[in-house]
Amino acid sequence: MTHAPRALILRAPGINCERETFHAFELAGAAPEYVHVKHLRHHPELLEGFSIFVAPGGFAYGDDIAAGRVLANELRQTVGDQLLAFVERGGLALGICNGFQMLVRLGLLPRTDGGSLAQQVALSHNLSDHYECRWVTLKTPANRCVFLDEGLTLTVPAAHGEGRLTPKDAALAETLQRDGYTAFVYVDEDGAATESYPANPNGSPGGVAGLTDVTGRVLGLMPHPDRAYLPFHAPDWRRAGLAERAEGMVIFDAMVRTARGDG
Amino acid sequence: MDAWRVEVSVREGLPDPAGEAARSALIGAGLPIAGTVRSRRGFLLGRELTADAVERFAASVLSDPITDEFVVHAPGATVPAEAGRVTIRPRPGVTDQVARSVQKALVDQGFPAVPTGTYHAYLVPGSDAEALVAAAESSLANEVVQHVEADVVPDRLPGPGGEPDLAVHSVTIRGLDDAALEKVSQDGGLALTVREMRTIQAHFDGLGREPTQIELETLAQTWSEHCKHKTLTGTIRFGDEVIHNLLKSEIARVTRELDRDFCVSVFEDNAGVIEFDDEDCLCIKVETHNHPSAIEPFGGAATGVGGVIRDILGTGLSARPVANTDVFCFAPADTPDSEVPKGCLHPLRVLKGVVAGVRDYGNPMGIPTVHGAVHFDPDFIGNPLVYVGNIGIIPRDKIQKRARPGDHIVSIGGRTGRDGIHGATFSSLELHTESETVSSGAVQIGDPITERKAMDAVLRGRDENLFSAVTDCGAGGFSSAVGEMAEGLGAEVDLATAPLKYAGLAPWEIWISEAQERMVVAVPPEKLERLLAICDEEDVEAAVLGTFTDTGKLVLRYGDVVHGELELEFMHEGLPVFEREAIWNPGDHRDPDLPDESHLGAALLQCLADPNVASKEWIIRQYDHEVQGGSAGKPLCGPRRDGPNNGAVIAPKLGSTKGFAVSSGLNPRYSKIDPAAMAECAIDEALRNVVACGGDPEHTAVLDNYCWGNCSKPERLGELVRATRALCELAITYRTPFISGKDSLNNEFRDGDRTIAIPGCILVTALSVVPDVTRTLTSSPRTPGSHLYLIGVTRRELGGSVYWKTKGHLGASVPRVDGNLGKRVLDGTARAIAAGAITACHDLSEGGLAVAAAEMAIAGRLGVTLDLLEVKTDGVSRAEEVLFSESQSRFLCEVPVDRVADFEANLYDVPFARIGAFTDAHRDWVVTRGGTELARVPMADLLRAFKGTLDFDGTLTEDLR
Repeated sequence: MTHAPRALILRAPGINCERETFHAFELAGAAPEYVHVKHLRHHPELLEGFSIFVAPGGFAYGDDIAAGRVLANELRQTVGDQLLAFVERGGLALGICNGFQMLVRLGLLPRTDGGSLAQQVALSHNLSDHYECRWVTLKTPANRCVFLDEGLTLTVPAAHGEGRLTPKDAALAETLQRDGYTAFVYVDEDGAATESYPANPNGSPGGVAGLTDVTGRVLGLMPHPDRAYLPFHAPDWRRAGLAERAEGMVIFDAMVRTARGDG
Repeated sequence: MDAWRVEVSVREGLPDPAGEAARSALIGAGLPIAGTVRSRRGFLLGRELTADAVERFAASVLSDPITDEFVVHAPGATVPAEAGRVTIRPRPGVTDQVARSVQKALVDQGFPAVPTGTYHAYLVPGSDAEALVAAAESSLANEVVQHVEADVVPDRLPGPGGEPDLAVHSVTIRGLDDAALEKVSQDGGLALTVREMRTIQAHFDGLGREPTQIELETLAQTWSEHCKHKTLTGTIRFGDEVIHNLLKSEIARVTRELDRDFCVSVFEDNAGVIEFDDEDCLCIKVETHNHPSAIEPFGGAATGVGGVIRDILGTGLSARPVANTDVFCFAPADTPDSEVPKGCLHPLRVLKGVVAGVRDYGNPMGIPTVHGAVHFDPDFIGNPLVYVGNIGIIPRDKIQKRARPGDHIVSIGGRTGRDGIHGATFSSLELHTESETVSSGAVQIGDPITERKAMDAVLRGRDENLFSAVTDCGAGGFSSAVGEMAEGLGAEVDLATAPLKYAGLAPWEIWISEAQERMVVAVPPEKLERLLAICDEEDVEAAVLGTFTDTGKLVLRYGDVVHGELELEFMHEGLPVFEREAIWNPGDHRDPDLPDESHLGAALLQCLADPNVASKEWIIRQYDHEVQGGSAGKPLCGPRRDGPNNGAVIAPKLGSTKGFAVSSGLNPRYSKIDPAAMAECAIDEALRNVVACGGDPEHTAVLDNYCWGNCSKPERLGELVRATRALCELAITYRTPFISGKDSLNNEFRDGDRTIAIPGCILVTALSVVPDVTRTLTSSPRTPGSHLYLIGVTRRELGGSVYWKTKGHLGASVPRVDGNLGKRVLDGTARAIAAGAITACHDLSEGGLAVAAAEMAIAGRLGVTLDLLEVKTDGVSRAEEVLFSESQSRFLCEVPVDRVADFEANLYDVPFARIGAFTDAHRDWVVTRGGTELARVPMADLLRAFKGTLDFDGTLTEDLR
């Protein structure tokens, strides 16, 4: 029996994808546990026992003010230092959709200077100005994420209203692309990164759908691998046949393998 | 109170989608705009904060450091005027959840919890102030809940609220005559009839005192049509017949006679419960929220969703909600302004508001909205219909509940405010021109995150066995929830203990407020501490309101002062039986002559473009239909994910492929010819849809949701009786029990002397257990060269059809259902699906064979050919009739070439015919008769027609590949 890495599945008012995320990590061989932010903020030392930290999707605190903002503020004020230390000592972190928005606002992603928590990019309102749920195809470019191979393609659903990446300035945009911070891009039918709707549902420049951080151990993405982790989730299984392992599992499997040290 | 003002805007040069959206909305409202519109988000912060604190908070929390800029105005400081500015802010007392989050973030930052508020502003260059306000009022804001002003920077926070009126008010009714009693009911907004007022009068005569205001309000809530279904449970004289309790004698009789063993709890609880697997049951409820949605579409629809979710949370000892459904009826979205009566909102505005309301409640709750339908008809102009449903899963050992004397009455969730006072009685009245102004108190604003927290707490409490009963606060608020749970017991409530949104509420207001997001549980004393601890962990407020007793009395106190004391038996059983007349007169309808010349292709495109058929993708995409990881059959299907699917398939238990299919049937247009046809077709369509998904017709339950006009008019009630009987007869034949239902009567709009009644309609929702979701299917064909089979018989039934609608006719030959044939069709199709002989299946409904075949072609992006000579018909000669007749009990199936024998063997007792094939040689819709081609329509034309009508932002028709 191989060792099952402990994964902290964050709960907070409005986070609503925790059950499927929990289950996906379980399938990947992790030992997931729910921890509510109200508990975590009073027991930041808890983080020391985990090797994976996950911020699932949802509408934390209703996405009031801006998506993920209130939760990011709460974490920064209460466990910001501990989260940073968690990543620095080798912990892996994943933010899906609202969790990604939150990690970006917290400043854990992309943290190109390797310094303290400071927001460098924004995830702005979709150009359509509304929430939208649709399946998209993602590709991984050459990237610095320690558990994400280059050239992966996965079809997963996106479901968000604020997903358009806006870097602080042109220099940062350049760094993100050049230094492998872009973890996922939306691609068109020919497999090329796209800014066109609907293959890119939010208008994100360069088709950026996900980012990693300076350490390569933190990953955030807008679409939901947690809704493409069982074979029958795929929109075309009736045509293509049921996959042995659903495409969304790639991320969970890779994180667990890496956390176990056999990545 | 003076306040700090922080105004946040997107940095110049960056896209401002909210400003863009406001610009198109304002232009849509007739305001000429030359330049761009910029949006501002405004925040009000209590003056106790220091300037430095405000600056830091604005920089780190209120604005985005990358994309936003902000300005701060000090309390009391004069702000220079800005031309072309319009400000929209919530009216006092309206829930402002963002303000609450701002306060939380302040505290997290280490600042004091000062009062907070929010508003929005738009800068519209070059616009005239008056015209701008008018356009904003009709397109960006709703006056019922928001206040719109030109060029104002709000500077005050709402005060702490006034002093409540704590006096015990008695209402004089003893000795009053009928006219005076009626006036008491009307003046108080009680919606009680004279007969009911007399019953109350007699009761209090017996007690030798006048009722108090809170007692009268309690009775009005409990006895409202909304809560008691007085019309359907009353006595109806129908011709020579006397019907006692139509609900019992018809609907409930079906369930009783069928006695299906999968029914676990029916008509007893907040929702119907059926068996799912060895451990769990499914429960389902569908509600309407029509009246509130007519006045405030966003808030009305949102709180409708919130309400039906609470119904599921309040079923048994609480079920976990796993899916939402939503079905709407609106007037056509392109109705000219001149045809919108005073007091009605334009139907497009209603549509957009309702869709946004469902979206902004369902999505944050984390419950997928998986199935819906939209029907358009001009008669819905004054009374749009908003049906919202929810399905939950509940362990088998959590279905029974019973509060016990000594249990604490505990409320969990949101605070109580003045919102929604008189919602239950309001929904029982006719809408009229002034409804928008007089009923504003009846509108509530939803707060899904609070509901989510309450849900998480309640479900944890359930799993730890911490309460003996639970119910939701819906219409009537605490009065209904506590009153219901106390039936057969007794209860004592101290209204001073209820957490309030703001001070100033009188005890009776607390008691009947319909503030959202509240659940009530009965908690044994020894379990209270643990339940309160869970609520604290889940960050949700809980309060002990009182105790259940065994006195048979409901005692309402505020502190030590008793404000009311009612006998529960009188509350629940004292309502006099309604008596009503009903008559049925078949109208005089005729079928028009078919046009001389056949333009079958053009007719198809007109049908596809009809809003009742056209793609609802613009709506569907705004709903999260994937959350919870159970989605195995999606609302849109096919390689381009834009084909209309028959229903949704969900596997609600992570790790299991056991699931359910859910879908619905609704066709109000048939009701204009014969309500019996409407009812039959509704149940037939709902069942066809779940069977086409792979549902088991022998493990299927149905729900009936009535929306009708004013049933105090005998002809309306006669239509209702006729429809009910047809519905019930067919349900018996189909062996599908009714497990839950609801009615919304009085859907009539009064505009001066004119009344507009909706066509009577029953929404039938079908819930079908699916043994294995990986054996289900969609309407999208997969393989070029596969056969196209039509199951069922096509008759001359164009009455009420979309075909006639597109030509401006109603017709007479409305489809009827042959139940014996229909049952064989459903069972045979299900057998062939279970055998794997069908790879795509679509039911024939609006638009008939022509539209169903086109929809399958669209879904699969394949060509389809149909040979009309092969179709099994009865009394049909013309091609239009074969193609567009809406005969029921029919399916189109894709059958792989190597599965023909298996398919045909499974349909041994059912008429069917191989009528064509799917092809990739071309992507056209082709109709032939024998060898002669009658019509051909290319895929791009099909797509343009199907996707163009309801493409409100122009994105659906961008790409017609």
